[in-house]
Amino acid sequence: MSVEAREARQPWILLSPALTAIVLLLVVPLIFILVYSFWLRTATGADVAGFHLDNWQEALTDPFYRDILLGTLKIAAITAVVCALMGYPAAYFIARSEGNKAILLLLLMLPFWISYIIRTMSWINILGVSGAFNTFLMWTGVISEPIQMLYNQTTVILGLVHFLLPFMVLNVFVSLDGIDTNLEDAANSLGATKWESFVQVTLPLSLPGLAAGGLLCFVLAAGTYITPLVLGGPRDAMFANLVFEAIITQLNWPLGSALSLMLLAVLGVLVMIYNRYLGMAQLMKGLG
Amino acid sequence: MTKKMDNTTRYERLLERYGNGDLDRRSFLGLIGAAGLAYGVQTPFARQALAATDEVRFDGWGGVVSEAFRKYAFDPYTAKTGVPVVDGTFGGGDEYLSRVKASQPGEYNIAHLSGVFDYARYANLGFASELNEANIPNLEFVIPKLVDVYRPITGGKLSCVPYDYGTTGIAYNRKYISDEEMKTKGAKILIDEAYKGKISGWGDWRTRIWFGALQTGQDPNNAEDMDAVWDAIRAHRDLSLKYWTSGAELMSLLAEEEIYVTEAWSGRIYALQEQGHDIGYMDPPNGYGWQECLFVIKGSPMEACEELLNFMLAPETSIAVAEGQNYPPALDPSKVELGDKIPTLPAFDPEGTLAGLTFADPGYWNGHEAEWSKTFGRVQKGY
Repeated sequence: MSVEAREARQPWILLSPALTAIVLLLVVPLIFILVYSFWLRTATGADVAGFHLDNWQEALTDPFYRDILLGTLKIAAITAVVCALMGYPAAYFIARSEGNKAILLLLLMLPFWISYIIRTMSWINILGVSGAFNTFLMWTGVISEPIQMLYNQTTVILGLVHFLLPFMVLNVFVSLDGIDTNLEDAANSLGATKWESFVQVTLPLSLPGLAAGGLLCFVLAAGTYITPLVLGGPRDAMFANLVFEAIITQLNWPLGSALSLMLLAVLGVLVMIYNRYLGMAQLMKGLG
Repeated sequence: MTKKMDNTTRYERLLERYGNGDLDRRSFLGLIGAAGLAYGVQTPFARQALAATDEVRFDGWGGVVSEAFRKYAFDPYTAKTGVPVVDGTFGGGDEYLSRVKASQPGEYNIAHLSGVFDYARYANLGFASELNEANIPNLEFVIPKLVDVYRPITGGKLSCVPYDYGTTGIAYNRKYISDEEMKTKGAKILIDEAYKGKISGWGDWRTRIWFGALQTGQDPNNAEDMDAVWDAIRAHRDLSLKYWTSGAELMSLLAEEEIYVTEAWSGRIYALQEQGHDIGYMDPPNGYGWQECLFVIKGSPMEACEELLNFMLAPETSIAVAEGQNYPPALDPSKVELGDKIPTLPAFDPEGTLAGLTFADPGYWNGHEAEWSKTFGRVQKGY
């Protein structure tokens, strides 16, 4: 075998474990889900194989699914914006801190050591009627009766921000950390104030990180179902809850498959738009 | 010369002493466990021979119910036979059915199913096994009515043994709602504007429809005006803080006073009362009665499962589990002395006829399952 041929094969050999995992764990299950979406559920819960468009027709034309999907995208967008507003200053502080950067990054990662569900449920002990916040307000005399703060859309967004903020901070941090600080010094030496050098130099250069963090937070928020289940009220379901209900409660795997592919398609389009204008390289840096 | 006692005789004598009242329950279960352990250590090969089946998987409702099963049934069973019981939990029968549907035969073995309608659903989907009743002699202690309802669904054979029964009634915080008010309002208290934001309910479509029927004065097993039922469910939704999804969440919401009134499982409320919470419980007329069974899923190691079922139906085990989980056992009070605590449990029927309880008609509920579960999914979200 020639050297050129060996060199041409080498990347494929090195990639083969990862490609095998992706094919077996992602592509094949996706094909199963796609096939399932064309099946039908009988009255007893058994599935009928075949090529039926009923589930797709229902998923695409029923306003119920459209409304919940739009509501989900709205909650995901609000979450991403709140994460950006809260995460950017934190990331800036970490990137510009001298000496203790590693400790601050470690602190940022600490929440990941606790289960996401437990972190979500912790809000019940904080904001509940007998929770820490109400107890403190009553103890200080600010209120005489506990305030009902849980089980609404605000607490769903709060839970999502709590879960997703570290992803935003990490992405922005990676972006800020790669900016040469001499650029800010140069802007200052040319007469720009600290604020002007931040707005005209640092912020534009860090936008790819901010966008990557925003995309990540948006996609993860749009696909969640635990947070609205734990912290939401009866009307605060998100699209993933519909998938859960179709598959688990109604035993309607074909419809659940169509709905999950619909959500995947919508989020896929958003990722493609992001990739078209900003590229995936920044997202990979943030995840790495 | 001392005659060496075999293991079976040792267990029988122990059981006899317990039955005669010479041993309390804790000592009995402790000795069973110790004997099993000693036996296993002493003769590992014999233990291995008994444990020809690697393990039996059991899935149940979690919380205090699973704790009772583990403590009073599985651990002693494992000590006796060497067969470990792996216990998992689920939040509802629908969720579990989905898991079973996605599993390989033999992956799931025994499930603590609720209601005859669930038994019928599992049977209709081809998950019913066929029990050899000769291997479960303790089945004779069970209330006949509880056994008979299952047979027609599986061609006269059984795929389960009945194990306990209870009710889904209404639990209320006595600090805010009096017993008199509950008697007056009954199921309609769950759609009372006065308690807006302090009401909850199980997010299970059957329960919601059952109580919707009660709130509109209809027969839960034959509601004629479903529009009225859906309106009642919407009214309840708009007044509710949230729907609970597990027994643990139900107990937490009531104990933390997040809610004052909700439907509730009788045994869980008894557990709250035992913990000192002043929570009342009432079954409204035509309240939701249910019987639970231990269902063996097709593809399971039948002999090991039958042995476990027989062990669990032994009056000593069954009573200990019932006292732990706070649901009356399926044992017939006319055949078995049930002790002091069980007659005090909610829904207990001293006659063993269960004439006072209204059970879900499996044909009626399963016939509407596809349509109603889907509609409830929409109503729940504001439609």
